[in-house]
Order: sequence, then structure tokens, then C-alpha cells
Amino acid sequence: MDFAFSEEQELLRGSAREFLAERYPLERVGELVDNATGEPGWLAGCWKQLADLGWLDAELDLLDHVVVFEETGYGLLPAPLFGTLGLALPAIEHDTALRDEVAAGDLRLTLAWAETGRSHALRDATASCVSVSEDGAVDGNAVLVPDAAAADAIVVATTGGLRLVRATAGDAVTITPRDTTDHTRRMADVAFTGAPSTPLVDASETPAVLERIERRALVLAAAEAIGVARRAVDVAVQHASTREQFGRPIGSYQAVSHQIVDAYAGMELARSLTYWAAWTVTESHGLSDAACSAAKSSAAEAAVLACERAIQVCGGIGFTWEHVLHRLYKRALWLEAFAGHGREHRARIADAVL
Amino acid sequence: MDFHDSPDEAAFRVELRDWLRDNWSEPEPSAGPPEVEFHQEWSRKLHQAGYVGLTWPTEYGGRGLSPTYQAIYYEETARSGAPGHIGVIGLNMAGPTIVAWGTEEQKSRLLPPLLAGDEIWCQGFSEPGSGSDLAGARTRAVLDGDHWVVNGQKVWSSHAHVADWCILVVRTDPDAPKHKGLSYLLVDMHSPGIEVRPLRQLSGGAEFNEIFFTDVRVPAESILGKPGDGWKVAMTTLLHERGTLSFALAAALQRNLDLLVDLAGKPGPDGRVPADDPLVRDAIAREWIELQGLRFTNYRMLSTLLRTGTPGPEGSIGKLVWSEANQRLTKLALSLQGMCGTLTGDDAPLRGFWQYQQLRSRGNTIEAGTSEILRNITAERVLGLPRSR
Repeated sequence: MDFAFSEEQELLRGSAREFLAERYPLERVGELVDNATGEPGWLAGCWKQLADLGWLDAELDLLDHVVVFEETGYGLLPAPLFGTLGLALPAIEHDTALRDEVAAGDLRLTLAWAETGRSHALRDATASCVSVSEDGAVDGNAVLVPDAAAADAIVVATTGGLRLVRATAGDAVTITPRDTTDHTRRMADVAFTGAPSTPLVDASETPAVLERIERRALVLAAAEAIGVARRAVDVAVQHASTREQFGRPIGSYQAVSHQIVDAYAGMELARSLTYWAAWTVTESHGLSDAACSAAKSSAAEAAVLACERAIQVCGGIGFTWEHVLHRLYKRALWLEAFAGHGREHRARIADAVL
Repeated sequence: MDFHDSPDEAAFRVELRDWLRDNWSEPEPSAGPPEVEFHQEWSRKLHQAGYVGLTWPTEYGGRGLSPTYQAIYYEETARSGAPGHIGVIGLNMAGPTIVAWGTEEQKSRLLPPLLAGDEIWCQGFSEPGSGSDLAGARTRAVLDGDHWVVNGQKVWSSHAHVADWCILVVRTDPDAPKHKGLSYLLVDMHSPGIEVRPLRQLSGGAEFNEIFFTDVRVPAESILGKPGDGWKVAMTTLLHERGTLSFALAAALQRNLDLLVDLAGKPGPDGRVPADDPLVRDAIAREWIELQGLRFTNYRMLSTLLRTGTPGPEGSIGKLVWSEANQRLTKLALSLQGMCGTLTGDDAPLRGFWQYQQLRSRGNTIEAGTSEILRNITAERVLGLPRSR
């Protein structure tokens, strides 16, 4: 039994951390994403750099993506990486041409799976009302599509399986950005009106692919949440070590330090679960569904807790718009809401265990 | 990253599982720890079968295996419901300390009977005036010819009433700074002048004790290290207590969770099946998640230990998280019994098993490092926060 990451993975982690610290320092992310014009606000030019770093290579496996997503969570990268690698990837895995496009940095993707009045669970997207005609025209409405405005193409769950719709389809694809609490992860409603599409996955194979999409998405959301949690803990520790009151750094008061320790403990347990879950997915282990649910629910809750504790420790300034913490916190809240809150995942686990 | 057993580890696991199946039969659950005689007999059996001292050096009676085997041992014994070795203090605290600091004479005299379960060890660290603050120990040892003369009192000493030996922290130099005036003695519990008085726990039993030392003569060579090394030697003991402990704790929690799932699936005293209640399901799922998180955090810590020689920092939270999880889980289990949860004795559901477990769990956040101290340690040594005192 070995928890170690490979040398390549450690190099990937290091280069990701450096790149993000230099290109997207957290203090600048806020000004980058805060604008009301609907612009993506994510330094579109850097997508090619992500490709150069190898993040979009087909050779990377889920555990490699976990390493990357921990860092993009830590840095709150506001690029459509979640949509491309976290959601759409399993739908295009079999298509070498599409994978090459992605790897070259020429194709940003996302997944449209949620509709109003239906379960928003990823694996329930088989019950989609979005239709596809015999000549591949897609009709219907999807809601809450992450990274939609920044995507070049959208993987859509339809009654006829998973289809690919290019954003260049003009009026046939109407993207309506929603106002989101987390400005670093924009979502949009997408209306398809006779949108041309190419086939990706047959209706008969779609349930299995959606399950795979869901497992991976849960693991990568968990990885991102671990990164967010670690950033919050780092901010809290940094502040508590330097801010002095009553003649001492406030981190020397146990009421302050113990809060941070509890956030750290929750994060570390969730981290272990995330790595285990990633492994169960790659091994197609029987406990994979329970592991992914455990990882995502605990990691998202750990991220929320860590951010709340960090805001508390930072006091008044932690509560301001100008401080970075609310950015991390809003991402944590998004991750908690994404693909099922904790209680839904615990219900699944209970079904497996009881 | 790989969670499979290696072929050797897998073989060990199968062999142990088979051995347990053939040699251990599950008694009915009951309140309280196992009876001493029975526990000692079981420990001898474990030793004869080669399952004691797995990670100890072979020259001292161990099998020289990697800590992964110890983790497998804990998992499999928990799965079968078998108790551990009676000599947990000997195996996990006194033994490793003697291996690290002892002379060859001390090792050859003390380690073999420790492993065999023939000699039982207790710990003499806490005193009425110093628990968390170990360095405040005031039990005195004064050199008189070729003996230390020990006077003082220790408290919360588990198994002292059946112990043959005691690892004792004493003050040998009252003039030296607090941490530098301590020494670490190995004391024969059958020496004249030692009186052991059981302390009754709120869970009903009396596993721990006060030990009174009145002019107890301890041979001068029964010291580990030199006079004044006491703090350093004690730190070795505590490092081991908190290191290997996590696997045993997670295994015990797994056992409790299995029993909780079993309980929840059966009708309670009111005729309803707790596992039908969504709130109970949610609570049990939470404990399952916490348990898996603990298990894999232990493995992560172990991985780092095997690779670098030092346990990973995440190991600092093992006992802390376990203790609170066990308190929650046992309370949840008891709550499923409704008012019958307030019964005790053989007449109570499951002969009072959960009643005992829940009450006993209140000690979990106090023993082997209070949660408050463990949080301080993680804050200071892992997170680098400023010292609180």
C-alpha cells in the first residue's frame, strides 16, 4: 500500500504551483473576474500556456488531474478547465481527433446536463428532455452550465445520447450568462434551437459514460476543494502568526489556533479520501461510488469550514470584499452545491453500507 | 499510488485471517474489557503464532517486518473481533523505548517475556499535580549507593494492578531546569514499598490505578539512558504511543461501526428499524466517511514513514480525530436503544455493550494526550503557529 505520487506527478504539481502563483496571484484574481459586462474574465490567452504545461495531454490520467486541480483550486484559476477536464472529457475520450484538439489548446469544452424540473445529478442526465433529430439537430434548454461562455463546444446530454454542439452554431445556440456568487466559476443557461451536432456516445452507452463522468467530476471537485481548503488554512495561519493583539500574535491564543487545527484536520481526512477515490476510479473498484461520494462531500465541507474559520480568524478584514477569502469561500460553496450536497452523497453511502 | 497489498502482504493477510478464523470464536458482546486471565492466555497464543512484535528487530524476538504488516494485523484482528495483546503498554510504549535506549542486558532480560505476554508493563508518567504537563513530575528518586530510592505518587496507570514492570518518570535533580532534571527508570512492580490502588472509572470498571512509592529501592542500572535523560526518553515513548496507536484505533472504530450497522438493521425496543430512518442513515454515513478518512490518513502517514523514516505530519491528527469519532459513534449507537439505553448489566440490550462503550469513550479525549494538548501540538509543530505557552 503506497500513497506516494510519482516523480512526474510531483514535477507537475510544482510547475502548476509556480505557473499559477506567477500568472494568477490570488490578489489579482478578484479584479480579473469582477466585471459586469459578461466577459469571461479569465485571461483567455493563457489557455495555450496550460496546453504547453501539458495539462491537456491525453496521457494524463485521473490522478494527474487530481494533482493539477489541487493547484488550480489553491489558485482559484478562473479558466474553463473544470468544464474541459472535469466534466466533458469522458464523452470525447474515444475520439482521437477531438482529444488532439483539446491537447493542442484549440478546444475548450463543457457539459450541459441539468434541466429545470429534473434531478441535477450527473448520472440522472439520461432522463434528459433535450431532443436530437435524425439529422443531428439538438433542441432544448439546459441550465447552470459551468464555463459555457468560455467554451468552444458543449457536450450535451440528449434523448439520443451525448452530442457535441459547437459554439459557432450562431443563433442555434443561445448562451445566457447567469449572475453567480462565485465570479471565478461562471455558469450560463444554454438554449439549443435546431443546433447542429455530432455524435459522441450512443443512447445505449450513455448511462455508463455519465456514471464515469460523475465519478471523475466528483473526484476532481474534491481535489479542487482540497486546494481551496489548503489556501484558506495558509491564509489563516499567516494572519494568526503575524497579527498581534494584547502583545502577542493572535495564533498563540488557543481559541484561535484550535479553530485552524480543526480546519486542517478536516482537510487532511478529505485529502486522503480524494486520493483513495481517484484510485478506486482508475481501478474500477467496487467501492468507487461510495469513495467518490465520500471524497466530494467531505472535501467540499472541509473547504467551506476552512474558509469560514479563516474568515473568523482574520476578523473584520476577513469579511471585506477586498480580502481574497470570500473568493475562496464562494468557490467552496459552489463545490459543495455541485453534483449533490453532502446529505445526498451520504444517502448514497448509507444505501451501500446499510 | 497503489492500495493493493504486495504479494507478501497479501499472503500474510490471508494467513492471519485463516488463523483468526481457526483460533478465535466471537463471544457474545458484553460490557467491559476482557478478563485479565483470558486476555493473557489469548496474548500468549498470539505470540506463539508469531503475531506479536511484528515490526520489532529480529534480534529482540520480533519479525523485523515493515509497519504495513502491523497495520494489516490491526485490520484483521478488528475484523474478527479478537482483542489485541494484553501488553499494549509493553508492546507499544515500554518495548520500543527499551529497544531505542536500553543496554543489551536490559533488552535481553526484559524484551522476551514482554513479547510473550508473560510480563505485563504499566506506565508511571502522570501525577496528581502533572498530567498534561509531564515535565512537572515530582516523584523523587535519590541515589543511595547502588540503588535509586523512589518516593512519590503516580496516577491513571492502566494495568498497574496486574503489572510486573513500570516505566517510571522521576525527578532526580530538583535543581536543574524542569525538563532536564528527570530520569526514566524501569521498576519491578513487586518491589517492597509499592502500593497500587485501583481507580474506579465512570464506566464502572477500574482499569487504571494510583501507584504509591514509599522508599522503593530500584537498582541503579535499571535506568534508561543517563540521569537527566528522562524527558528525551519519555518523548521516545510518547512518539511511539501516538504513532502505531492510530492503526489500532482505526481498526477498533471499524469494529464499532460494523456493530453499529448490525444494530441499526434490527428492530429496536420500540419495534422500529433504525436503518429505515433517514436521519439515522445520514448519521451512520457520516461515521463511515470519517472512518475511511482516518484509515487512509493513517496509510498516508505510513507511506511517508516508509519512504522518509519519519511519519507524515498528518499523523498528528489520528488520535484526535478518532477519539471524537468514537464518542459520536458510541453515542449514536446507544441512542438507537431509546430508553433501554439507560439500562445496564446483563439485563440490558447486548448485555450493556454500548452503554459501556459510550461511557468509556469519555476517556478517549483525555488519555494518551488530551485533545487540547494534541491540538496545541498540531498547531505548533505542524502548522507552525506561535506557541500558546
